[in-house]
Amino acid sequence: MAEKMRLTIGLVTKPGTTMQYHTGGWRTYRAVINQEKCIGCRRCADSCPDGAPFECAHDGKKKKFCVNYDYCKGCGICAYECPVDAIDMAVEEK
Amino acid sequence: MAALEDLYASGHRACAGCGCALFLKTLMRVAGPDVIVTNSTGCMEVVSTPYPESAWKVPWIHSLFENNAPVAAGIEAALKATGRKGNTKVIAIGGDGATFDIGFGLLSGVMERGHDILYICYDNEAYMNTGIQRSGSTPYDASTTTTPAGKMSFGNQRPKKNVPAIMAAHGVPYVATTSMGYPADFTKKVRKALSIEGPKYLQVHATCVPGWGIDGALSLEILRLAVETGLYPLYEYENGQITSVKKIKNRKPVKEYLDKQKRYSHLFKMPGGDREIEKIQHIADLNAKHFNLDIEEKATAKEKEAKEE
Repeated sequence: MAEKMRLTIGLVTKPGTTMQYHTGGWRTYRAVINQEKCIGCRRCADSCPDGAPFECAHDGKKKKFCVNYDYCKGCGICAYECPVDAIDMAVEEK
Repeated sequence: MAALEDLYASGHRACAGCGCALFLKTLMRVAGPDVIVTNSTGCMEVVSTPYPESAWKVPWIHSLFENNAPVAAGIEAALKATGRKGNTKVIAIGGDGATFDIGFGLLSGVMERGHDILYICYDNEAYMNTGIQRSGSTPYDASTTTTPAGKMSFGNQRPKKNVPAIMAAHGVPYVATTSMGYPADFTKKVRKALSIEGPKYLQVHATCVPGWGIDGALSLEILRLAVETGLYPLYEYENGQITSVKKIKNRKPVKEYLDKQKRYSHLFKMPGGDREIEKIQHIADLNAKHFNLDIEEKATAKEKEAKEE
C-alpha cells in the first residue's frame, strides 16, 4: 500500500507514483505465457491497458515476454488477442 | 523492464480490460515525453490520479469538465508568448461527456481561434465515471441509467451527435475518428495530428467494461466489430474535406456487435426488439453509404443489381 507522501502546495504529486500501488491484487485469473508457443510478436504488451506483459529477454531468435504480476488485473485481453493462443488464463490461487 | 518505462505508469485504477486506459498508455507511447497534457474531469482523470499518486510521467493538469480545451489553449499561448514553445505539443484529453456536452462551447471557441493543440476525445459513449448516464455520444437504443430500457422504452431514443463533422465545419486542418481496436490506425493518426500545426480533433472509440456490460477480454474485439459493422466508421477530414476512410470488406450485420453487450441485451428479449435492431442496421447502412465504406466485390455488385431489378 501507499507509503506516506509529503504533500505539496497546489496538490502537485510526484510522477508515476501509482506504481507503488499493486493492482495485481484485484485479479481472479492470471495470464500465463506458454514460452514454447510464444512467437514474440508483442501483441500482448501492446494490447494490455496496464502494461503488465513486457519484453524480459531476447535469445537471439525471438523476443521473450513475461508478465509483471504486480499490475496484471487478469482481464484476459492478451489471451484473447494472442495470435497463437500462447496465453492461458489460470485461476489465481493465494 | 519495458513496462516501467511507460509514460503512463501502471498501477492506475482503471477497471480490468478498460479500453480507455489502453488509449492513454498507447497515446503516451506515441506522443513521447515532450508533451503537456490537460485532462478534463472524467474516468481517465480519476483513475490516473488517485491523490496523492499520479500515473503520469509528463506535465499534466486536471481542469474542470468544461474548460479542458481552453486550459490547453492557454498553455499553448503562454508557451508561445514566452518563446518556449519549441517542439512541445499540447494535448487535451476529454471524455465524450466533456467533449460532446459540457465542454462543447469552449472546445468550439478553441477550434475557431486556431490554437496549436491536439484535442482527443476518448469516446466510451456515456458518463461512465458517475454511473453510466446518457451523453450526447450515447448511440441509439443503448440502455443507460438515465435512459433505461423497459416497458416504456428501448433505451436512448436519440442518435449519436456527429461531433467530428461539427469540428470539421470549423475549418480546422485535421479531424479524425479512430478506434482502440486498431492500434496501428490510432498510432498513425496521432502521429499525423501531432505533425500538423493548428487545432486538431481526434475521436477515439474505447470500451467501458461495466458501462457497456461486456467481457473485458473481448474489449478490443468489440471495438473492431463496431468498425466492421459500419456503426463506427473511421475517417479523416483535412481542411473540411473527407480525405480517407477505412474501407470494410464483407460488412458484418450489427447483431454481431450488439449481442455481446449488456446495454443492448433488451433488444434480444423485448417484443419489437427485432424492429429496433433493423433500425440500428439502417444507421450502419447509412454510414456505409455516406462514407462509401464497402469494398464492392463482383459478387456483391451483381447481387445489388438483382435487388434493384
